[in-house]
Amino acid sequence: MSAPHVPSRAPAAAVLPERGPEPVKITLSVNGDEHTFDAEPRVSLLDALRERLSMTGAKKGCDQGTCGACTVWVDGRRVLACLTLAIACEGHEVTTIEGLAQGDELHAVQSAFIEQDAFQCGYCTPGQIMSAVALLKEGHDGDDAEIAEWMSGNICRCAAYPHIRAAIRTVRDRSRDPSHGQT
Amino acid sequence: MTTALAIGQPTDRVDGRHKVTGGAHYSGDMLPGTTAYAVLVGARAASGRITGIDTTEALQADGVLAILTHENLPKAAAQPPLIPSLAGMPAPGQTFFPFQDDVVHYAGQPVALVVADTLERAQHAGALLRIAYAETPSVTTLDQAREEAYEPEAIFGGFVPGRNTRGDIEAGLARADVRIDATYTFAANHHNPIEPSATTAAWDGDQLTLYDATQGVAATQLTVAALLGLTPSKVHVISHYVGGSFGCKAMIWAHPALAALAARHVQRPVKLALTREQMFTSVGHREEQEQRITLGADKDGRLTALRHHKLSPTSPFDDWAEPSLGVASQIYACPHYEGVYRLVRANTMTPTFMRAPGEASGMYALETAMDDLAHQLGIDPIDLRLRNYTDMDPNTGNPWSSTGLKECYRRGAERFGWHRRNPEPRSHRDGRRLLGYGMATAGYPVYGPNNPQRARARLYADGTAVVQAATPDFGTGVATVMTQVTADALGLPLDRCRFEGGDTTLPTIAAAVGSSGAGMISAAVHTAATNLRNQLVAQAIGDAQSPLHGADPATVTVRDGRMMLRDAPETGEGYAELLHRNVLPDVEATGAWSPSPESAHYGMMTFGAQFAEVAVDPDLGLARVRRMVGAFAPGRVLNAKTARSQLMGGMLWGLGQALLEANAMDPHRGRWVASSLGEYLVPVNADAPEVDIELIEVADKVVNPLGVKGVGEVGQVGAAAAIANAIHHATGRRIRKLPITIEDLL
Ligand code: FES
Ligand code: FES
Repeated sequence: MSAPHVPSRAPAAAVLPERGPEPVKITLSVNGDEHTFDAEPRVSLLDALRERLSMTGAKKGCDQGTCGACTVWVDGRRVLACLTLAIACEGHEVTTIEGLAQGDELHAVQSAFIEQDAFQCGYCTPGQIMSAVALLKEGHDGDDAEIAEWMSGNICRCAAYPHIRAAIRTVRDRSRDPSHGQT
Repeated sequence: MTTALAIGQPTDRVDGRHKVTGGAHYSGDMLPGTTAYAVLVGARAASGRITGIDTTEALQADGVLAILTHENLPKAAAQPPLIPSLAGMPAPGQTFFPFQDDVVHYAGQPVALVVADTLERAQHAGALLRIAYAETPSVTTLDQAREEAYEPEAIFGGFVPGRNTRGDIEAGLARADVRIDATYTFAANHHNPIEPSATTAAWDGDQLTLYDATQGVAATQLTVAALLGLTPSKVHVISHYVGGSFGCKAMIWAHPALAALAARHVQRPVKLALTREQMFTSVGHREEQEQRITLGADKDGRLTALRHHKLSPTSPFDDWAEPSLGVASQIYACPHYEGVYRLVRANTMTPTFMRAPGEASGMYALETAMDDLAHQLGIDPIDLRLRNYTDMDPNTGNPWSSTGLKECYRRGAERFGWHRRNPEPRSHRDGRRLLGYGMATAGYPVYGPNNPQRARARLYADGTAVVQAATPDFGTGVATVMTQVTADALGLPLDRCRFEGGDTTLPTIAAAVGSSGAGMISAAVHTAATNLRNQLVAQAIGDAQSPLHGADPATVTVRDGRMMLRDAPETGEGYAELLHRNVLPDVEATGAWSPSPESAHYGMMTFGAQFAEVAVDPDLGLARVRRMVGAFAPGRVLNAKTARSQLMGGMLWGLGQALLEANAMDPHRGRWVASSLGEYLVPVNADAPEVDIELIEVADKVVNPLGVKGVGEVGQVGAAAAIANAIHHATGRRIRKLPITIEDLL
């Protein structure tokens, strides 16, 4: 279960200057690119990505931290973008589904999702994939029960769950098999 | 010499790349120009009147563009009747449109629409509204209104009569050697697709464009046009990707029209997305219900009588009940039958279709009663069902257009290992856990559209083809399977064909509801592509320079982009050659399909068999489904991969229905108790066991040209019963309510 990860504060910079509540300039580094925009400090990372930066890959399924559709990474850790303030991500690296493929080449997990039909409507998929890649990196891929447990923060109402597990297994097994390229 | 057909192959989804990269754009992802944001404010009272709306503070908040209420929103031009969207007409989910007056009929009814320049500001202003109500007592549960139940003339938008009988029920019961008489209760359910409904509306003069999450773009177009008094020709609806529906986007609720009204008011594009909480009060639900079944059978287990009554709450506006008695009245031979719907009026919105609407609940009741009967008579549950097998629709006497049911029982039982089951309850264990094995029959009707379904096929001079039909993809894989259908009809490789849908500028397709999508859309696409092929062949035959000049069209076949004589394949030419020679940039044909008149003389149903293994912890009352097996006979399978995924999704929905999904009304406040995914439990990954599916193809020449019967819903039918029967087998306890929860098993 992915507990929402709150980015740690900037290292001991004593008291941060007070900003807001009116719109302020926020600079985010997303998928390696810097973006500066005006938004109120109350704006969530999810709404900043989707409505300010037109990066709509991360989805809003609940805005309450219950579905996982908004899962992105902050400094490589999965977070729920709907429960994270955009302004709190300044100085941290945000990674979204749009940043996963290398140009035209899909990430191994993206390819495995297609191959295993690990989605139907595709709405939960960006969040599932961001969780799945992180899970593999974290090493929570020992067996199906472990995968299922660590993927249970991402609801798929189309219920592609067995196929999601199969996709994760496929990548895990291929990465262990030296005859396949690295994931 | 034969090339493998594209149809039936487990082809990867053609839109897979978009879906895994974030490149699939859903309605809420659209930002046309300087979009403003609308939020709906729902009534906190369940019944009464609005006595005042103080907008002062909200209007002063930063960024607020408008606050619309019944006092200033333009009135609806007309209220279309409630007709299921498959009929192709305007399809409001209920015959009530909010904002017409100050009356509150149900909690959550939209009472204000706040528009601001950002979402946060709209939400904040919404919280600053002061709305006063004069509340009157509400009725929201069956128990509060049981005494006032009435028998409606018809339910389900007038399509299903309130009462259905055959034979003489009393005589049938009198003839029975054994009887089962039991009442089953069902909690209310909510669809909760992960994409909440959303509409983005933009006006260009008097032309309206809507990006709407819908199962049918024409349904949105016609409904909004009727409500706003516009001609449909001025309403353009686009819906390429829809993040799941399960029925809650099958009818058109108030929000698309409200988004359009708000956009007109503020003269900017407006995005209106429902919140997760609003998904419980804005798009219909599966109603709470009670079903009573009285079964009579002879000592060999043959049914002599079936009485099936249902009682459920509906809205103040419409006589709606999901047709729970339908498939349960057709699945077995039984000469004497009585089915009656009864309703009570309640302060809720009109319930609506939810995956396997009625079939899933009705077959839960019937299939657990059948399990009781098998147990009581000492007959194997599969054997009992075979004894009651019918090769015709008992309601009409018409033969099934195709079945495959017996094969489903046989293959499903084999895959599941049914023969290893000791019929005695509590006879299988794994450590301290009790194991149970249960099964049930599945069936789902094949519905046909009322109007012609259309598609257009175009071949370009480079030998690539595009086929178009207005349908959106809400997860079914329609773009993929229609590409496959096109490839075969035109004799083209799959990668030279492309499907375009989700737009009212394309040929009209009715809302893909009732598992009808694959059948009716493939029929339209197949017809259009076949017409195009015939047109190309005719042109070659009439062309003095073609090697096929003067050939009999019946002897011409197409393959790999080439037309040729079947018996002399070296004689022929490519489509591209024909087009180049005749200086044609492209060739186009349309196709339309309606169900054949002869289909009225058949019963049409998709059949299946469900099996489940459940482990129950007797100390904790915890039931876990360990595996599910389903065998289904959906006619022809267009894509084995996507069909399996849909059936798997349906079966896991059955798991949710059996063990998790429930909502209830707080009888005092008249509001749903659960209003988030934290409270309304749906299956998560750790709940979902491996699901094993067998597809049994059966030829069907009646339903549609390709013999496709649909897989969207039948996977859910019987799944909850198989689980409940497995729980009975594990524990010896018969639970007659859904969901079955820990308290029931302690
Ligand atoms: S949108 Fe963030 S968890 Fe659902
Ligand atoms: S693919 Fe539809 S919600 Fe997961």
